[in-house]
Amino acid sequence: MISYDIVIIGGGPAGLAAAVSAREAGVDKILILERDKELGGILNQCIHNGFGLHTFKEELTGPEYAWRFIEKVLEAKIEYRLDTMVMDISEDRVVTAMSKNDGMYQIKAGAVILAMGCRERPRGALNIPGYRPAGIFSAGTAQRLVNIEGYMPGREVVILGSGDIGLIMARRMTLEGAKVKVVAELLPYSGGLKRNIVQCLDDFGIPLKLSHTVVDIEGREHVSAVTIAAVDENRKPIPGTEERYTCDTLLLSCGLIPENELSKKAGVEMSRITSGPVVNESLETNVPGIFACGNVLHVHDLVDYVSEEAQRAGANAAKFVLAGGTEAPKGHVVELKAESGARYTVPSTIDIDRMDDLLTVRFRVGDVYKDSYVSVYFDDERVMHNKKRILAPGEMEQIILQKKKLAEIKDLKTITIKIEAE
Amino acid sequence: MERKELTCIGCPMGCQITVELEHGEILSVKGNTCAIGDKYARNEVLHPERTVTSTVVVDGGDKPRVSVKTAGNIPKDRIFDCMKEIDAVRVQAPVRIGDVMIENVVDSGVNVVATRNISAVG
Amino acid sequence: MIYDVIIIGAGVTGAAVARELSRYDAEVCVLEKGEDVCSGTSKANSAIVHAGYDCQPGSLMAKMNVRGNEMMGDLARDLDIPFERNGSFVVCTIESEFGGIEDLYQRGLKNGVPGMKILNREEALAMEPNLSDNTVGALYATTAGIICPFRLNIAMAEHANVNGVDFRFNTAAEKLTRDEDGIWHIRTNNGEYKTRAIVNAAGVYSDVFHNMVADRKIHITPRRGDYMLLDKTVGGHVKRTIFPQPTKYGKGILIAPTIHGNLFIGPTAIDLDDKEATATTQEGLTQLIERGETCVKNVPYRSVITSFAGLRAHEDGHEFVLGEVTEAPGFFDCAAIESPGLTSSPAIGEYTAGIISDKYGFKKKENWIPTIKNVLNPANLSIEERNELIKKEPAYGRIICRCESISEGEILDAIRRPLGARSLDGIKRRTRAGMGRCQAGFCSPRVMEILHEELGLPYEEITKRGGTSNIVLERTKGTNGGEA
Repeated sequence: MISYDIVIIGGGPAGLAAAVSAREAGVDKILILERDKELGGILNQCIHNGFGLHTFKEELTGPEYAWRFIEKVLEAKIEYRLDTMVMDISEDRVVTAMSKNDGMYQIKAGAVILAMGCRERPRGALNIPGYRPAGIFSAGTAQRLVNIEGYMPGREVVILGSGDIGLIMARRMTLEGAKVKVVAELLPYSGGLKRNIVQCLDDFGIPLKLSHTVVDIEGREHVSAVTIAAVDENRKPIPGTEERYTCDTLLLSCGLIPENELSKKAGVEMSRITSGPVVNESLETNVPGIFACGNVLHVHDLVDYVSEEAQRAGANAAKFVLAGGTEAPKGHVVELKAESGARYTVPSTIDIDRMDDLLTVRFRVGDVYKDSYVSVYFDDERVMHNKKRILAPGEMEQIILQKKKLAEIKDLKTITIKIEAE
Repeated sequence: MERKELTCIGCPMGCQITVELEHGEILSVKGNTCAIGDKYARNEVLHPERTVTSTVVVDGGDKPRVSVKTAGNIPKDRIFDCMKEIDAVRVQAPVRIGDVMIENVVDSGVNVVATRNISAVG
Repeated sequence: MIYDVIIIGAGVTGAAVARELSRYDAEVCVLEKGEDVCSGTSKANSAIVHAGYDCQPGSLMAKMNVRGNEMMGDLARDLDIPFERNGSFVVCTIESEFGGIEDLYQRGLKNGVPGMKILNREEALAMEPNLSDNTVGALYATTAGIICPFRLNIAMAEHANVNGVDFRFNTAAEKLTRDEDGIWHIRTNNGEYKTRAIVNAAGVYSDVFHNMVADRKIHITPRRGDYMLLDKTVGGHVKRTIFPQPTKYGKGILIAPTIHGNLFIGPTAIDLDDKEATATTQEGLTQLIERGETCVKNVPYRSVITSFAGLRAHEDGHEFVLGEVTEAPGFFDCAAIESPGLTSSPAIGEYTAGIISDKYGFKKKENWIPTIKNVLNPANLSIEERNELIKKEPAYGRIICRCESISEGEILDAIRRPLGARSLDGIKRRTRAGMGRCQAGFCSPRVMEILHEELGLPYEEITKRGGTSNIVLERTKGTNGGEA
């Protein structure tokens, strides 16, 4: 069996950044396994701009952002294998992979970094009634067809879901000559960035209908029309509000799901909220030596945060490997909790003795909050109380914890993040 | 007097801003709740600009399309003219990231450049 | 040419008759209006091999069900069809109705169903812990099973084809006439076909063909059944097929594992006029959620990956219509095949081929090929065996469908084999590529690429399932977008 110090599953933005930082931390034998025919992951099809403002202080397109990291991987001569599918990861970090050229083989990994990304929620999971014709695409599949393969799914488009990919595709399809008739969003607010609503919809006069959903799909062989209707506060369609749009394409942008089938095989514990692994301050899962970062851990809205998170995962995996692949002794562990409006935190636990001097904790809220406070409690004592003009489910939030402050409190058990009105 | 309504893109607040103009002069900006909104509204009303991203046909490459962008912003009302030029262009692989695909698109002084590499095949 | 037998319909019934007829020295052809076999009712049903206790004793349904169930084991072995006798429960949840379970048991005995037991509450719950808290008891039928309905249909068609039966797709029979010599003329959208005998296996349209030639008319109501398929992670919620007690509307909404490890809920029973109306409705999906928990608790509806609907060919008399129509010699019905049609199909094939070969004196072939193999599933191989395979055929080393772990090799096999796939759905039904939790979001562009390369089909002509179900419309960039 071949062996590597670190095996990274996925060559998208998370995997690339993790690899570079692990190398910078002094690990020699690193291998990236990528199932596509090139590195870069989903960024290659995200040809719009707006990436990298935090990381590079300039606006890049997806492929350009990916290339910055690919270049670093190439310069550092980090090994990677393309067109390679990882079939299994075991609890003791044996990675089983397969490709046309290499067949099926196993790799013993000193550490594993999960960086598989996420997938789109399909029509079936949305329980949309109607026929099952051709012409229904998840927005990302359409994005690949249009941007990489150079094919138009259709000419008249209805989009369900106002996530960023849906908004971006509304503009892309319009620029390529299609007529996007409407974007319907089940929730009373859009999960997409304001900038995308303005520049992808308003710029082209595309209506966004909030609190609306698709209630019928017509067309036995190919989509011919879609009916949308307003929904009540329980998200149930309101009879009498139906509007029918003739169209040949229905795009779905209804949420992303971290892709953790492999993680589960390795015995990694999952969060029911994020559908990603439960991790500690080192972004390490419950299985020693298996780390996670990027959209496989929790769905991000900015790739810059993916890169930053992945760099930490890479550095921590390196630390694990360089320490001989054994767990550093457990120190003072505190639990992180999300309550009253905060939905989850990443990480879920912090070992104060092992944490860096500063630790970024990311979380999301479950609803739109205006003029509210993000509060942080150390056990029962409120230690942070930051006013926010707006908090929205589509925008990832963060707080930064100082090791020094945490270490001061002797019996600290729980750190709680809450959203408070005052 | 002319009145323009717009949504601020400065942050998730998405303030609805009203700008009042006369003879191309801004009289007032209302509805914003911070300075970013004021600045955004003035720019957006007087000189709305956008970056255009799309793809260009490639011959002899490992992919049939190469992704491209305008290397800077172009006037918003020229987006579809820009697309016409982009759609009409055809390049030969290989293509390197940053290669100029169209010079001075729609007389904007801005080039359209490749945003990825395409290898030549065959 | 004049065929000996033409079968209208390449669903599971038509394929079963074709396979049985392929044993004989006869010219047999199957006409199918779809682009592939298994494209009507056969692709959207409960995928259950019924034991046979709930058919009316003495009916053709009872006879064919019990015989079909009996044949299924050997058939599955010979044609490499995923099949398992997982057993079924009919669960009583109302104390006062427990007598109904005994009645079913007695009916099963009359029908000759082996291996039935009546279980009390404790016995039932011990075997199926997720049964409803109201469980009173259950009828346990050990011979009931679950099967891959696509493979059953496709395998019988492939088997017929390798033994000499012709198939014509995209060919819809429109008019049947019989000339003075007793030869049948079938007008289709693709020209005229002549034959000595016709088998009417046209599913929900079987009344149309029957009524063209028969004096005693039949009437088929398309009875829609909505289904939900749940993720494999919850496939173990029940081990056996769980039915509520039957009502006059049918066997009710069942919950079962599928042979591939998903959890399956359905069907509803909604009577329609339109023979193509396979759209699910809000009403139907809501019913599945409201009534699905009659017998099973904590159904993990959150894990649904797709929903769909199929049409049962429900005849007013609720009985299979089989055999030659007296006033139309040479016209043989396999009409009104609704549940337990899938289970009964091998028996209907055997019965119908039997009366046809007797009438025309067909002789058995000497070189009949008795077995065929399914698309190879490398997941069942050891690493060493898999590497042997990849060395010979590298395409088996490249995964195309990540959810179901389906390789390019399997997809190529599905395209290249007899009656090979021509569409995304054709590949899905033969290999399961696109049938997993992402519902083809990831693999469809990749499968299109393989279809394009293997069949030389332009992308614009690749379809989901024939007809106008094209996936993409045209190239980007208008007239400038084509190849150089």
